[in-house]
Amino acid sequence: MDNDNECVISVKELTKIYGSVKAVDRVSFCVKDREIFGFLGPNGAGKTTTVRMLVGLTTISSGNALVYGYNVVKDYKNVRKIIGVVPDVSNLYLELTCFQNLLFSAKMYDVPKGMREERINYLLKFFGLWKFRNVKFKNLSRGLKRRLTIAAALVHKPKVLFLDEPTSGLDVMSRRILWTQLKELNRQEVTIFLTTHNVYEAFHISDRIAIINKGRIVAIGSPKELSKRFSTQEVIEVAFYPSKMSTKDLSEHIKGMLSVKRVGNHFEIVPLNKNSVIEGIVRYAKSRGLEISMLRLRSADAEELFLKIVGETK
Amino acid sequence: MIDELVKSFYIAMKDFREYYMKPGAVSWGLLFPFVFALAFMVRRGGLTEWLAPGMIALALFFGSTSMSAMSIVFERRFGSFERLMLYPVTYTTIALGKTLSSFIMGLFSIIPVLILTMVVLKIPPIHPFLLVLAVVLATFESSAFGVLLSFLVKDPTQVMVVFNLVRFPMMFLADVIIPVSLMPHYILSIVLLQPLTYSAEVIRFAYEGSYDILPPEISFALALLIGIVFLVVAGYIIRRSKP
Ligand SMILES: Nc1ncnc2c1ncn2[C@@H]1O[C@H](COP(=O)(O)OP(=O)(O)OP(=O)(O)O)[C@@H](O)[C@H]1O
Ligand SMILES: [Mg+2]
Repeated sequence: MDNDNECVISVKELTKIYGSVKAVDRVSFCVKDREIFGFLGPNGAGKTTTVRMLVGLTTISSGNALVYGYNVVKDYKNVRKIIGVVPDVSNLYLELTCFQNLLFSAKMYDVPKGMREERINYLLKFFGLWKFRNVKFKNLSRGLKRRLTIAAALVHKPKVLFLDEPTSGLDVMSRRILWTQLKELNRQEVTIFLTTHNVYEAFHISDRIAIINKGRIVAIGSPKELSKRFSTQEVIEVAFYPSKMSTKDLSEHIKGMLSVKRVGNHFEIVPLNKNSVIEGIVRYAKSRGLEISMLRLRSADAEELFLKIVGETK
Repeated sequence: MIDELVKSFYIAMKDFREYYMKPGAVSWGLLFPFVFALAFMVRRGGLTEWLAPGMIALALFFGSTSMSAMSIVFERRFGSFERLMLYPVTYTTIALGKTLSSFIMGLFSIIPVLILTMVVLKIPPIHPFLLVLAVVLATFESSAFGVLLSFLVKDPTQVMVVFNLVRFPMMFLADVIIPVSLMPHYILSIVLLQPLTYSAEVIRFAYEGSYDILPPEISFALALLIGIVFLVVAGYIIRRSKP
């Protein structure tokens, strides 16, 4: 499927076992040059574990991974020179200022002395941190901390940037700013690998997405491909008369639903199996003496799609 | 090689800046040894000359180990320790960086004690130049010990409790406060098994011109050797600390 030479990150059968838990289970994928690759999955899916194995923070149980042809275990020093890593928590040094934090990173990444300051100033401006340059990390807001943590991963102009949940915990505004900045970095020829549990985010900024659930990759493709492949009229909209029942009541009595939510007077159901849910709806209405005042199908949006893909692999 | 050394120095300077003012480092690293020395030396009269080198050894021991406690236990707990593992450096370089920051803190810790012994109490060292070497070796050994010990502590709120649980017995069993010659003979084997003994011995020789337990060639060599072994083991532990 993928030509290995084109892969900036090439992962084969990567597996991580903790005791009896398979956190990551024979995962394979290829990230191409200058791509934004989204790694989407629910909590506990194995996203962080995968990133940590790729960047050398967690040992690999089996399988292998190459970054620009370097084996992430054997050639770890070479890999570290060309990657930048943003962990899931903003973990810079509390007592150092923004500038000092970036300077430390620059030194550790061998940025030549004459170029450090210029690069740091550029990043401070790029991330809107210029006026905070002499503020200690511990005094920054959450969003600014996140941005500085990303900046610290970029001081050495890495070819690949790994970000673990870069926008989690950020408000809508900061999130959007960050998306724009990531896209701009990508335009500057950085390949980006990012994990997220936010479906909208994955579909919004990725060129390609891998969906991971329970340690297994369950789908890979561009947002368009994924939408096409899975979205065949898969959301059921239903209304009853009288309409007093709760979503809880519905989910207790109708089997095979991945999610149900009330929208105005009707319910939207993402089914695991469309037909059995429709049967369930009819039975439910009958047993309560309700009239089904509306029943129709529509195609799923990204979030519903995600539920569906993940649900099917349970 | 040079490159790795330079980076360990960057790590050390970063640590020092980040932690030297933290309460744990100030109280146990700077204040405690000084107050301790003050209490022992000024009140006990007769033994002051014997006590002086031991107090210096204690100060650098508490100073350096308190820094490792802060810079390793806290960083490991809050995730910033892993940042170091993302840079293109070896694990031994990280261990050396942590040892160096402890080393710098250790050197700072002895300043008040040196002023007390040399200026206030006017007890001059016999071999001043050798004293410099002895202090460097002893601080290196104590620092590497502190780095190793730090990897055994998981909970930062307990760090000083655990450290003191280890440091206090060591202090009494190192020919620092109570001369080993006054202790039962079997204690000597315990004394010889712990690193603080060698730090104290090298400083004692440089300060007094005589030794209590081991001839200087042996204690100097052992202090260096123990420090290097601890350092290498710490590098190994860092590599193995990955989940
Ligand atoms: N150090 C560890 N020891 C034991 N189990 C672990 C460890 N780290 C992760 N796991 C387990 O591995 C599985 C995958 O965890 P991981 O953190 O990779 O998920 P994630 O997709 O990043 O989730 P989240 O969205 O919550 O960040 C989980 O079941 C988790 O409990
Ligand atoms: Mg995670």
